[in-house]
Amino acid sequence: MLELVTVSLLNGLVYGLLLFMLSSGLTLIFSMMGVLNFAHASLFMLGAYFSYQLGRFIGFCPALVVAPLLCAGIGAAVERYGLRHVHRHGAVAELLFTFGLVYLFEELVIMLWGRNAVAYGVPPSIDFPLFSVFGGSFPAYKGLMMAISVTMFVSLWLALKRTRIGLVVQAALTHPQAVRALGHDVSAVFVLIFALGSGMAGLAGVIGGFALLTAPTMADAVGPIVFVVVVVGGLGSLGGAFMASMLIGVVQTFAVAIDASPLDMMSRLHLTVARGSLLYDFLAVKIAQAAPTLPYVLLVLMLIVRPRGFLGTRD
Amino acid sequence: MRADARAVAAVVALWAGGAAAQVKWAFIDPLSGGGASTGILAQKTIQFFLDETNAAGGVNGEKIELLSYDNKVNPQESLIQLKKALDEGARFILQGNGSSVAHAITDAVLKNNERNPGHEVLFLNYAAIDPALTNEKCNYWHFRFDADVDMKMGATSEVIARDKKIKRVYLINQDYSFGKAVAAAAEKMLKAKRPDIEIVGNEFHPLQKVQDFSPYVAKIKASGADAVVTGNWSNDMVLLIKAGKDASLRVQWFTYYAGAPGVVSAIGKDGVGLVKQTSEWHKDATPQLDADIVAFQKRFPGKENEYAYWRLKNLVEMFALAAKKAGSNDPVKIAASLEGLKMKSVLGEIEMRGDNHQLLQPLFVSTLSDKAKNEVEGSGLGWVTDLRLDAKDTAMPTTCKMERPR
Repeated sequence: MLELVTVSLLNGLVYGLLLFMLSSGLTLIFSMMGVLNFAHASLFMLGAYFSYQLGRFIGFCPALVVAPLLCAGIGAAVERYGLRHVHRHGAVAELLFTFGLVYLFEELVIMLWGRNAVAYGVPPSIDFPLFSVFGGSFPAYKGLMMAISVTMFVSLWLALKRTRIGLVVQAALTHPQAVRALGHDVSAVFVLIFALGSGMAGLAGVIGGFALLTAPTMADAVGPIVFVVVVVGGLGSLGGAFMASMLIGVVQTFAVAIDASPLDMMSRLHLTVARGSLLYDFLAVKIAQAAPTLPYVLLVLMLIVRPRGFLGTRD
Repeated sequence: MRADARAVAAVVALWAGGAAAQVKWAFIDPLSGGGASTGILAQKTIQFFLDETNAAGGVNGEKIELLSYDNKVNPQESLIQLKKALDEGARFILQGNGSSVAHAITDAVLKNNERNPGHEVLFLNYAAIDPALTNEKCNYWHFRFDADVDMKMGATSEVIARDKKIKRVYLINQDYSFGKAVAAAAEKMLKAKRPDIEIVGNEFHPLQKVQDFSPYVAKIKASGADAVVTGNWSNDMVLLIKAGKDASLRVQWFTYYAGAPGVVSAIGKDGVGLVKQTSEWHKDATPQLDADIVAFQKRFPGKENEYAYWRLKNLVEMFALAAKKAGSNDPVKIAASLEGLKMKSVLGEIEMRGDNHQLLQPLFVSTLSDKAKNEVEGSGLGWVTDLRLDAKDTAMPTTCKMERPR
């Protein structure tokens, strides 16, 4: 029992940090620019493919730096030459624009790397067990992933709240005219933010590439869960996204371990439901079986009860 | 000028008419989206064997033409595409990805044939392996060229039963009809063949929704299983096996789809000696790599086009044989001639069962190895046979009661 709890807690933490790594860039872009970037997961995918390709030429460690930079460059170009022009047509146009990018990037990846998954295994330099828990090992790359995720959170938070540039960035969102009048280049700030958010997606992709499966479907695979994290945490709130990631990670992981259904628990309390009633089928589903759908249940509940999410400021 | 144009048009029409194939096959499978990699590979494979057949004179002097329709693995979309195919004159329907799609098509084909005597079509199923299609839901116009869930589990469970070291088995499957069929077959057959084996878990998870399988692996580990049986495919299988490796879980993985396109590359050397698949063929199944496969790889080079569908070779060759025996390309006559048809293949004799239209072919259980003669996808890894079953030993009892045309 202790073993399962410890291992589950650890797994939950790892998964939660992976989710945060995936969604932090998205929440950054939304909070600073008000753009819900549908192509975020696609940039994550590009990061994975870039690091796979670069890893073969220059090794994993340089790729860990170069791949996110490439993604940041793409992000900057998207903002400068695309989004900025679409911006004046309103939020729907922006949404559709980023939605179109999803297809564009997916086709691009299929053209360059094919439809099947590429052979992107854990790089040998970090392919060793870090420590062992109850006879099971904890791989080093997961440790690296946790470290990167926490570093991302701390440094972003500090940069936004404690530095001068963070102040300018925050002011540019609500009072662009005033910031411009003070002599700051607001357009450049937006390019920078979008590049940073895209670079974070790329960095997540470097790790996610071998932790998950590097295939053209990977954007589709992580897209929905990333949006759940961002909405549950509160659109645009970095702290909220962190809380939501950890909550989803831990809850989902523990739910998998529970091999009982609500019906079993009720029968302990001497409650019964008639077999054949609609409720019976619903309650007879094991919690473990429903675990991966729990984040989506959480999303729906959150939207009903508190649409702004944990720490969001807007409804 | 105008007369010239008309003459040219007439000549073109004549030429097109003369060269046009008289036998039309409709291939209805995913050609875009997530399932496209397998759909496109199957399409190329069919085209390859049809070209061979056509080059050898076609069937009864007629050429076979392949028409392709993208169904996005969606039953409703498939029915629209089927309608289109019928309008364009296709009399033979090929489909494989997704048993839900196959159920929709087999129903639609049955209805069409009842309502339009004289315009019957046949459904040649090359990969949808829900046992129901040749049991309670069977019909005369459906022929299956892949071994169904139960037949494959028959071979898998044989290997498990013979390995006395396996005492505890964990089942983990996707939560839909196919996954449930795999779990049910495994439970039943293991109980019959090795009553001492304990099924220590019977897990279902949502289809293609899980990104992190570590919690499932923690459970498998806690159960003390020596072997895991899974029907998972694509992401769901690769991520499961990767998570197992991360947690240093040492179990044998008995899978249905580890040989599917791209999977060996994704699993890599971590699966050597542990990952097994049950299939009708693998590259080391014949002493020499089959000439057709060599020719296929030459025409379609690249990892993307790694040959995977041996059963399509069986399908096309058997179709040609049936047409020859019937002396006609009429679907009704070919159906009658396919029933009970036996054919020699490189791997041994194969037979289309008359009672439920299920092809009996040899089955192989094989293990991922770095010592295989023929590598897969340039990965340095390949498959080594653990067990080969003759076609006749793969047969399962059937509950099929089909209505035959008079």
